[in-house]
Amino acid sequence: MKSRSRYEIRFSGSGGQGIITAAVVMADAIGAFDGKNVCQTQSYGPEARGGKSKAELVISDGPIDYPKALQVDLLLAMTQAACDAYFFDLKTDGLLIVDSGLVEQVPTSRAVSLPFTQIARQQIGRELVANMVALGAVGYLSGQVSLESLHAALLARVPKGTEEMNRKALQAGIDAASKIDLSTLPRSIISDWETEL
Amino acid sequence: MLERAELIRQEYLRHDKKFPHVWCPGCGNGIVMNALLRAIHHLELPKDNVVLASGIGCSGRLPTYVDFNTIHTTHGRALTFATGVKLAKPQLTVITVMGDGDATAIGGNHFIHAARRNLNLTAIIINNNTYGMTGGQYSPTTPYGSKSTTSVYGHVEHAFNIAELAVVAGASFVARGTVYHANHLNTMIQQAITKRGFSVVEVISNCHVQHGRRNKLGNAVQMINSFKENAVLVSKAEKMTAEEMKGKFSIGVLCDVEKPVSTEEYDRVRQAAQTEAIRIAEEKAKNGVKRYEE
Amino acid sequence: MGVSEGPRKVLLQGNEAIVQGALAAGCRFFAGYPITPASEISEILSVQLPLVGGTFIQMEDEIASMGAIIGASLAGVKSMTATSGPGFSLIQENLGYACITEAPCVIVNVMRGGPSTGLPTNVAQGDVLMARWGTHGDHPIIVLSVSSVSECFSVTIKAFNLSEKFRVPVIILSDEVVAHTRESVVLPNQSEIQVFDRITPSVPPEWYKPYADNNRGVPDMAAMGDGYRHHVTGLVHDERGFPTQQPKEVEQFLNRLHSKITKGFSEIVMTKSFDMEDADVCVIAYGSVARSAMRAIKDARAQGIKAGMVQLVTLFPFPRKVVDSALRQCKAVIIPEMNMGQISREIHRVNQAGTRIIKHNRIDGHLITPNEILKHLINL
Repeated sequence: MKSRSRYEIRFSGSGGQGIITAAVVMADAIGAFDGKNVCQTQSYGPEARGGKSKAELVISDGPIDYPKALQVDLLLAMTQAACDAYFFDLKTDGLLIVDSGLVEQVPTSRAVSLPFTQIARQQIGRELVANMVALGAVGYLSGQVSLESLHAALLARVPKGTEEMNRKALQAGIDAASKIDLSTLPRSIISDWETEL
Repeated sequence: MLERAELIRQEYLRHDKKFPHVWCPGCGNGIVMNALLRAIHHLELPKDNVVLASGIGCSGRLPTYVDFNTIHTTHGRALTFATGVKLAKPQLTVITVMGDGDATAIGGNHFIHAARRNLNLTAIIINNNTYGMTGGQYSPTTPYGSKSTTSVYGHVEHAFNIAELAVVAGASFVARGTVYHANHLNTMIQQAITKRGFSVVEVISNCHVQHGRRNKLGNAVQMINSFKENAVLVSKAEKMTAEEMKGKFSIGVLCDVEKPVSTEEYDRVRQAAQTEAIRIAEEKAKNGVKRYEE
Repeated sequence: MGVSEGPRKVLLQGNEAIVQGALAAGCRFFAGYPITPASEISEILSVQLPLVGGTFIQMEDEIASMGAIIGASLAGVKSMTATSGPGFSLIQENLGYACITEAPCVIVNVMRGGPSTGLPTNVAQGDVLMARWGTHGDHPIIVLSVSSVSECFSVTIKAFNLSEKFRVPVIILSDEVVAHTRESVVLPNQSEIQVFDRITPSVPPEWYKPYADNNRGVPDMAAMGDGYRHHVTGLVHDERGFPTQQPKEVEQFLNRLHSKITKGFSEIVMTKSFDMEDADVCVIAYGSVARSAMRAIKDARAQGIKAGMVQLVTLFPFPRKVVDSALRQCKAVIIPEMNMGQISREIHRVNQAGTRIIKHNRIDGHLITPNEILKHLINL
C-alpha cells in the first residue's frame, strides 16, 4: 500500500550527462522554492564514475519515510543502457521519457520521446546542456513542480557564467514538452494485447 | 646564580605533591627543564600565556612539574594537541617537549607535518637515543651497532638525525644543543620560542641508566662530559671533513629562515571567505531569488 | 549561507546538515582527514568555518585530527572531527584521552562497509559496538545516530550540547545513505536553537580544582590561557589533575566518570516511537534503516497488522527502559540492521520477558528495503 501523495521520479543516463545535477535542481525547486517535502538520492562511487548514472526523487505532501524509489512514477532515460536497466520498477501507469536520439528501443508505447541532445546542440549550441533540456520536460510533464521555481533553482545551482545558457536549455525542454498531449498515450505501460492475455 | 635558581624554583615549579619527580639521578631532563624555565623567565612570558604539551616517556612528565597550562598527551601526539591549542588561541605561546622515540618514531609523521605546516610552535626534542621509561629498547636515534634491550646483538638499523630531518621537513628554525652546554641551550630555546614559525631544538641528552650502561658509555658525568668533547659549533663543523666529524655532532643554529606562518596566513583565509560571502549575498539580493519560507 | 538567518526551508545533504548543526551549536574548530563518504563535511566546513571566525585544518591523519580537536577544546573552543570506518579506527587512541581528560568534542562517523577498506562507497552499520567500546579501558561515552537530513541537523546540535554539559566525547553515527541523501528541511532561526556551553569556574584561580566533583558530577572547565593554569593528563589523576595511583583516588575518579553519565540518563537517552500505542509487534531500528522500518510498519498497518516502531536515536548509553517496555508489550520484535546484529545483542541483553526477537541482517552494502522488513511482519 502506498500513500497517494508519494510521487517518485528517476533520472537515469550515463556518467557525464549531468543526470545528478538535473535531479538536484529539481529537488531544490520542489523543496526549497515550492516548499514541498522532497528526498533525493543518487548513485555514488564506482557506479557513478562512467557507466550508468541515476538519481531519484521522492516527492510528498507529508513526511517521507523510505528515501529511495519503491515504484517509479516517472522515469527519464538518457541512454539505452539506462532505459534497459531502470525500467523494471516503473508503475504501470507511470511515464517513461527518453532522449529519442539515444534510446532507440523504447520498451513501452506509454513513452514520450524527445530529442533532448539534438535540441541542446541545435538550439543552444552545446550538447552539454541536454540534461537541462530534459529537466524542462520532466518538470513540465510531471506536474510536480512550479516552472518558476524550477528556473529559480536552476539559477541558484549552476556555475556562474552559465546561467543564461542553462536557462535557455530549460525553457527549450519546457517548450518541447508543452507540445505533448499525455492523454493520447496508452493508460498503461503494459500494452493492451498483454493485458488481454 | 643561586638567587636566580631560587627564583625559578619558587616561581615556576609546582611544589605540592609533584615531587619527587620520576627522573633518575643524573638525568639530563632536569637540565632541559631548567633551561626552558630560564628561557621563559628571560623572555618575560606570563605564565598564563604559556602552554606546554608533552607526549609519553620520561620527557612526557616534564610539564607536570612546571606551573603553566600543561598538557601531558598521548605517545607521539603532543604536536597534534599543540596544533589545536595554537589555532584555537593563537595569542598563546605553545611549546612541546618530546623524546626521540616520541617525536620521531610514533610521532614522526606529526613531526614532519608540523614542520611543513609552519604554525608558530616550538618543539623541544630531548634525544637520549633510547626508550628510557619502558626499559631501554632501541629508538629511531639509537646508533648503528648499539645494544639495547631489543638489540642485544647490536643494532642493525641506522639512526635519524633529528635536527637535519627537521630542516628538510621545512621547519623555520632548527637548533641543536646538549645538556652539557646548559647556557647555550637556554639561548637556543629562547631563540626558538621567539622565532615566528615552527622551531625545533634537538637536545642531546644522556640516559646512562639504559643506553649508557648497555653500551659502556659510563655514568652520567662521563656521558655528559662526552657531549662536551664531541660537540662542535655549527660554524666550525661546516669547515670540517666527514672524516673529521666522525663521532662528533654540531651544535648551534642549523637553520633560520623566514616564511609565512600558517597561524597568521589563516587570517587571510577568513578574510577571503568573508569577502566571498558578501559577494554571494549581494548577488542573491540583486537576482531577487526568493526561497520558500515557513 | 551564514548561521544567523531566520527559519528557512532548504535542500541539504545529510553531510551538509551536520555542518549546519555544528555551526549552529557553536562549533568553531574542525580538524579532519579526507575519507569517503565523510569528505563533504570537511569540504563545507573549510568554507564555512572561516566565515564565522572559526578554524578548519586538514591534518596528516585521523590520529592527529583527534589530537587537534582535543587541543582546541582544552583551549575553550567547541570542536569536531568527521571520518568513516578506517579513520574511526585511528581516532580511537585519542578518543580515550578525551574521555579521561573530560574534553568535550564531537566525532562524526559516516559508516561505510568494512572491515578494513571494505566497501568505501556503500552503506553499513558495522561500527556500532566499536563506537561504544573502540577505545581501550572502561570508559563512558555517548553514541547518537541519525536517520534523516533533519536529524543530522538537530542531533548534531544535541551532540554538542551533551558533550559540553557532561564533558564527554559524543559520537554521531551517520551512514552513507543519510550522508548523501538530499532532503528539504526547515532550519530554525538561530535564536530558537538551544545551545549549551560548558560551565567555566567561578572561583578564583588559586581555588580552582579542575577535576573536583560537584553535585552534577561534572567539574567546571577552565580554558587554557584564561588564568586557571592547570595540568591535563591521560594518566588517572586526582581532583587537581595530577597523576595518582592511590586506589581511593583512582576509584573515586573512575566512578565519577561513569556516574556522571548515569545521572544524566534521562537527558541523554533519546528514542522515537511510532504507532506503538496498540502495537503487538514492533520494529526496533536506527540510522537509515529506521526509514525503511517506518515504511514497513505503515504497509503492515494497511494489511491489518498492529505494527509499531521504536527508533533509537541514542545508541549508548543503551535506551533499555524504552526497549524493555517494547519487549514486554509485543509478542515479537524485529531488529533490522546493516551488520550481523550489534544492537540486537543489546536488545537480547535486556529481554527479561523472553520476547521473540527476529534479527534481519544485511551486509551487502545496500540499504534494507521496506519489503524485507514487511515480510517478517507478515510471517509472524
